Amino acid sequence: MIINLRIWRQEGPDSPGKLVDYTVHEASEHMSFLELLDVLNEQLLADGDDPVEFDSDCREGICGSCGLMVAGIAHGPRKRTAVCQLHMRSFKDGDTITVEPFRAHAFPVIRDLVVDRSAFDRIIAAHGYVSVTTGSAPDANAIPIPKDVADEAMDYAACIGCGACVAACPNGSASLFTAAKIAHLAQLPQGQVEASQRVMAMVDQMDAEGFGDCSNYAECEAVCPKGISIDGIAGMRRAYMKGVLSG
Amino acid sequence: MTISASGLSHSSHLNAKVPAGRLQEKWDAYKNSVSLVSPANKRSHHILVVGSGLAGASAAATLAGLGYNVTCFCIQDSARRAHSIAAQGGINAAKNYPNDGDTVWRLFYDTIKGGDYRSREANVYRLAQVSNNIIDQAVAQGVPFAREYGGVLSNRSFGGAQVSRTFYARGQTGQQLLLGAYQALSHQIAAGRVTMLPRREMIDLVVDNGRTQGLITRNLITGELERYAGDAVLLCTGGYGNAYYLSTNAKNSNVTAAWRCYKRGAFFANPCYTQIHPTCIPVSGEYQSKLTLMSESLRNDGRVWVPKDPKDTRAPEIIPEDGRDYYLERRYPSFGNLVPRDVASRAAKKECDAGRGVGDTRLAVYLDFADSIRRLGEQTIRERYGNLFEMYERITGDNPYKTPMRIYPAVHYTMGGLWVDYELQSTVPGLFVLGEANFSDHGANRLGASALMQGLADGYFVIPYTLGAYLAGTRQSDQVPATNGAFAAVEDEAGTRIDRILNNDGDKSPIQFHRELGRLLWDHVGMARDRTGLESSIHAIENLREEFWERVRVPGTADRYNKNLEFAGRVADFIELGSLMARDALRREESCGGHFREEYQTPEGEAARNDEAFADVAAWEHTDGDPALHLEQLSFENVHLSKRSYK
Repeated sequence: MIINLRIWRQEGPDSPGKLVDYTVHEASEHMSFLELLDVLNEQLLADGDDPVEFDSDCREGICGSCGLMVAGIAHGPRKRTAVCQLHMRSFKDGDTITVEPFRAHAFPVIRDLVVDRSAFDRIIAAHGYVSVTTGSAPDANAIPIPKDVADEAMDYAACIGCGACVAACPNGSASLFTAAKIAHLAQLPQGQVEASQRVMAMVDQMDAEGFGDCSNYAECEAVCPKGISIDGIAGMRRAYMKGVLSG
Repeated sequence: MTISASGLSHSSHLNAKVPAGRLQEKWDAYKNSVSLVSPANKRSHHILVVGSGLAGASAAATLAGLGYNVTCFCIQDSARRAHSIAAQGGINAAKNYPNDGDTVWRLFYDTIKGGDYRSREANVYRLAQVSNNIIDQAVAQGVPFAREYGGVLSNRSFGGAQVSRTFYARGQTGQQLLLGAYQALSHQIAAGRVTMLPRREMIDLVVDNGRTQGLITRNLITGELERYAGDAVLLCTGGYGNAYYLSTNAKNSNVTAAWRCYKRGAFFANPCYTQIHPTCIPVSGEYQSKLTLMSESLRNDGRVWVPKDPKDTRAPEIIPEDGRDYYLERRYPSFGNLVPRDVASRAAKKECDAGRGVGDTRLAVYLDFADSIRRLGEQTIRERYGNLFEMYERITGDNPYKTPMRIYPAVHYTMGGLWVDYELQSTVPGLFVLGEANFSDHGANRLGASALMQGLADGYFVIPYTLGAYLAGTRQSDQVPATNGAFAAVEDEAGTRIDRILNNDGDKSPIQFHRELGRLLWDHVGMARDRTGLESSIHAIENLREEFWERVRVPGTADRYNKNLEFAGRVADFIELGSLMARDALRREESCGGHFREEYQTPEGEAARNDEAFADVAAWEHTDGDPALHLEQLSFENVHLSKRSYK
């Protein structure tokens, strides 16, 4: 199949960017979208042009390295699918596809489609953990945890930290990402000890990084490759308000 | 060609420093007598941890928690993305929660046997001993392992084990354990005890005064070469499976850091031991950039088969029972579909070589869930493997609830790695190697759900003790600062190498070279090897190396984000490693675990080990000429070397 691409090219954080047109003549429906970009890059390299830079690592939808706006949608048109697992059978021969980086105030562009998502790490460092040092743990079965509780914690823990939620949000909010970690740990007895400090510290850090507020658009849930529910955001806001009021 | 015996020695370099005493008491004895570093002194020791996977993140978090001053580097944009995250199936521990007869001894024994008696008893026993602490630690961090309705942790049986000792978090166990370690690391970063430097690639090691002094990294955004001096370097950089180009490893997984250490004096042990995982999604075309593993937990409920008649190309659902050959159940009646990975992989290859492969490429076998769905219901299968089935469907477009999966083996894990002693220290003092990057615990074949166990054992529970032993014996005066000429010289070399790649007026991309290397290794140093193929591959790899430096072409400059430049440096190192893998495979004139030599097999086609001649670790030393071979003889005082049989 023939695929036309309009790809965002930008040399650095402060340089202006623009969309550039390319055509890949030898696409196949079995290729992943990133493999299509690989083929394009080999073509560019052979022609003496500069390949398109993008991040990717595991290419099986779990590391969260990749993230592109494909045809205006974070990770592309297929639901619950990271762009590395999006295959060309989702497109038609002759399609023109626009490819852009994940855009947000808090995700500056590094080059082309590569953005800086280190703000996410700082949100986790704010308190996205249980303060337990190595060696101090009781027996793993000492605290029984109901299966449905563990399952719900796992639903939120499945977040891959890709940033699609931020890119899809009209406000550039990191609420789904932040709430996912808060909800994961809040479900579990191990996480409840510090639940209140956790919410306050993580939400404050999210604000400090320049992410926007949540206005319940729910675009984040729609594009999340792991299908994380916005219910977590409601829980986060409730806990945050409780924290503010109890001062 | 013959391997030069010059330099062959049983030298003092290879003192494994295994403590004396009974196997069961060695680790306790070690801990009782090891030197401790006082809390006040810990702060003054700067530890450089390279890699933030299970081994690196757990080591960095633990050492920082103890009070050491830690700097941790990773090549991804975040510590959370290391390739440990992709492990699906689970983590073993000898908890014996199901009360099905498991013990530390049994986990030890299964690991030694699974490794085909090519690992060090004392290391493996320690691994089994600390396995239980890992589960405790992970649960305390909030890792949401699967649970039973009564609230206790759930266990399952996993490839090759006859007890249920595997803990899991859906099909995302690696992700959850890594996030646990990453969060522990984040806790220490917030406390100011760890400096985390993402998007840094270690490109060389600095050795001076006979010990590790630090390392050189390339900042992957600015391209700057950076110097870091430290008291010790912990290499936690994973395996070298991407030497084959196509593997289940992440695109950025590479051997460069380990290879640079090899070239600075660290011995590389057993590079020929590579694990080919039996259940991966088959290759679909030339553009294929990586292979995707389907967790082998699928073999608990899936049955592997091929059509009896190679000409039978009917849709699998309509091939009747008597037209199918469930070859694993037929050949291995007691283990059936659960035989270890190497056995299952070779069996698949054998069927495909005989023309019974399925699918367009005929390089695949069926993994069929129809029986389990009939027996347990689709809902149960969905609960167990839902995310794996979804992933399969996304990639292939087929629905495995309706039609059998097509699977084929792929390179997955490398048991070989830098040689380390009992303390996880390499042959370069002050350079420690943890996790998949070392060679130590899995022998010639790793059992399922043991990689996560080893990475975390090394990082959480072994290195905190053994690092202290080293630090207590060092003198501050032997250390040199990053401004020293030793650092400048290594940095210059690294810069020259990068310039050479960029200024080469070539015409081939790094990926083209990588694909060619991969094809050579897969064909000749893959699932089955023989002398002729290995010898020819050594020559071919040497030619490829020369061609690389004549023809490689990398666009752009060194002072920016430049993925092709990163790849080119890694491919150059993979090519050199490929040659050592072939040499090691050639030298090992036996079949064991993941290393199968066509010349050494039983009349039934099973691996024929040679314990008299090869119960050893082959550790290779870099020299200006051919690499020099050193041997560590393995002594088995506690287990009887039996023929591995899964019949």
